[in-house]
Amino acid sequence: MFKLFKIAIRNLLRYKRRTLLTSSLIAVGVMFVLVFIAASGSFKYIMIGQITDSMLGHLQVHKRGYVASIDSLPLTLNLSAKAKEKLEQTIKEIPEIEAFSPRIKFGGMFSNFIETTNIRINGVYPDKEIATIPLFPSRIKQGEKAIKKGDILIPELLANGLKVKVGDTVVVIATNKDGSVNGKQFVVGGIIESVTGPGGRDGYMHIEDAMEVLRMKEIEISEVAVRLKDFGKLNAVNDKMHKLLSEELNKQGKPIFDVRTWERLSPFYNVARMINIMTFFIKIMLISIVLISIMNIMIMAVFERIREIGTIAAIGTIPEKILSLFLIEGFSLGISGAVAGNILAIIIVFVMSAVKITFNFGRQTGMALSPSLKVNDMLFISAIVIIASVIAALQPALKASRMEPVEALRHV
Amino acid sequence: MNLVSAENLRKIYKVGEIEIEALKSVSFNVKSASFVSFVGPSGSGKTTLLNLIGCLDKPTSGSLKVAGVDTSALTRKKAAVFRGINLGFIFQDFNLIPVLSVYENVEYPLLIVQNVSAEERKKRIASLLETVGMTDQRDKYPDQISGGQKQRVAIARALVTNPRLVLADEPTANLDSKTAFMVIDIMRKMKEEFGVTFIFSTHDQRVVREVETVYTLQDGMLVEDAVREGGINV
Repeated sequence: MFKLFKIAIRNLLRYKRRTLLTSSLIAVGVMFVLVFIAASGSFKYIMIGQITDSMLGHLQVHKRGYVASIDSLPLTLNLSAKAKEKLEQTIKEIPEIEAFSPRIKFGGMFSNFIETTNIRINGVYPDKEIATIPLFPSRIKQGEKAIKKGDILIPELLANGLKVKVGDTVVVIATNKDGSVNGKQFVVGGIIESVTGPGGRDGYMHIEDAMEVLRMKEIEISEVAVRLKDFGKLNAVNDKMHKLLSEELNKQGKPIFDVRTWERLSPFYNVARMINIMTFFIKIMLISIVLISIMNIMIMAVFERIREIGTIAAIGTIPEKILSLFLIEGFSLGISGAVAGNILAIIIVFVMSAVKITFNFGRQTGMALSPSLKVNDMLFISAIVIIASVIAALQPALKASRMEPVEALRHV
Repeated sequence: MNLVSAENLRKIYKVGEIEIEALKSVSFNVKSASFVSFVGPSGSGKTTLLNLIGCLDKPTSGSLKVAGVDTSALTRKKAAVFRGINLGFIFQDFNLIPVLSVYENVEYPLLIVQNVSAEERKKRIASLLETVGMTDQRDKYPDQISGGQKQRVAIARALVTNPRLVLADEPTANLDSKTAFMVIDIMRKMKEEFGVTFIFSTHDQRVVREVETVYTLQDGMLVEDAVREGGINV
């Protein structure tokens, strides 16, 4: 086999320029795919990180039916204190969960005593909320990075529209689930950055203040956001929670809880899917480049060496070895292109990381792209290229191995 | 003992709708350790006959046995294996593999075809390169040596597997007289030393004068009383 490799390599080097051009084409293709994967992957993970770590959490649990009506923030679909207790107990049994944060979400009116507008509010336990979405404090642009009782954090757009500053007194009026209206004065404790995505333009207050506004005697929560120790275990934990919570049934015998990963709660998941689809099509393009270029060079190689094929067949080379010889040539072209492409990609990704490319997403500006190459991606792309190279060489190799020696020797 | 035995051998080629009968009921025998030549004008069927003996092609009808084997019954793979073990080929255009050195060209059949051990390969190649006078050129590539030298390498390659039969199709056609005689001389020495049978197809009088048996072919048939023994001028 080593000898066949030696002959194959020498055959490739016989036409140095042609081999170099084909290998370069494959290398450039591999490089572009890997750089795209690295850059788009970095963009995707920054965005996922932003959404999950500053708003959603990795998973959320609601009462079944709540998410379908989430735009109206229905207080009638909140989880009861008993259900909350059961849910918290279950969460604590799952070692993969790092933190969780119960929230009361409601809509109300916000007034600075001159103007009034509507507002969506999250009532939270500050310490639990920050443990679950650790980027939340970084969104507080003005005021203390905390949620104190009696304070309200309002979104930047609302603050600008109503010309409200930190320290101003405001009123929040809300209708509770029985239909009665209540209002409470708050001090603006901070102004938070508005971000793209669900909940990105909500105000925040302490959960006990939310209970007071809504005149709740007993706590009833809208959702529980969950943070995992390892984001990679998202689906496994999701399945585990589904399994554990599916046993809790309501009076109609239907499950009480509805567990959803961030993917089923954020429209950004579609953007992430689009990136995956684009990556898939770029891989298809790479395979096409490899197939066409290798098939082209191998067809030429077979055509140019017909007499040589006749000679080696005449002196006793069995068809399988002739087939192997040409397959090895295709394989070697694929390997050389893949190796060169990987090296180029490493260099370019290193340069991109050093240059610190920044981009804006929604109202978030100056996010630095930090592309990195994963060994798995490099191996996968290299394997695709090498397999495609061998497949491309197969037809010309079969043609060579099936040649009648007498015909081949007669070829001029 | 007959090494090659042909009886009523026919070969018909189809070119479109037209059938061309290249060999018309040819019968002959070639003994072991003989030096035989098929002569005749272009198109007389010499190369066709050599291709059949060399298991490169199959007869349309008739019987052909080489080393006791009915070669028309061999599959493509078995024919390749049979050629690799029993036959050696010398071509008019030398047909050396351009990417291999002189040494590697001679080594090729031992390595790729017969899988002979490294030690045995070295011994056989060194001996043959010495015999054909190419030891000094062993590391050169085919494009760095002359036509005569290429044919000497081709002879070494044909003999390195210790074949029972070497088929040489116009082996001196592209060589000058001096080189042609040198090449014929080498082949005769090989025949005497190793008992190898040589079958030539040629119309080169320099070769014909040197062989032991001459068969004359004309229009695909062996010409009557054209079999001459003992290196007779034709």
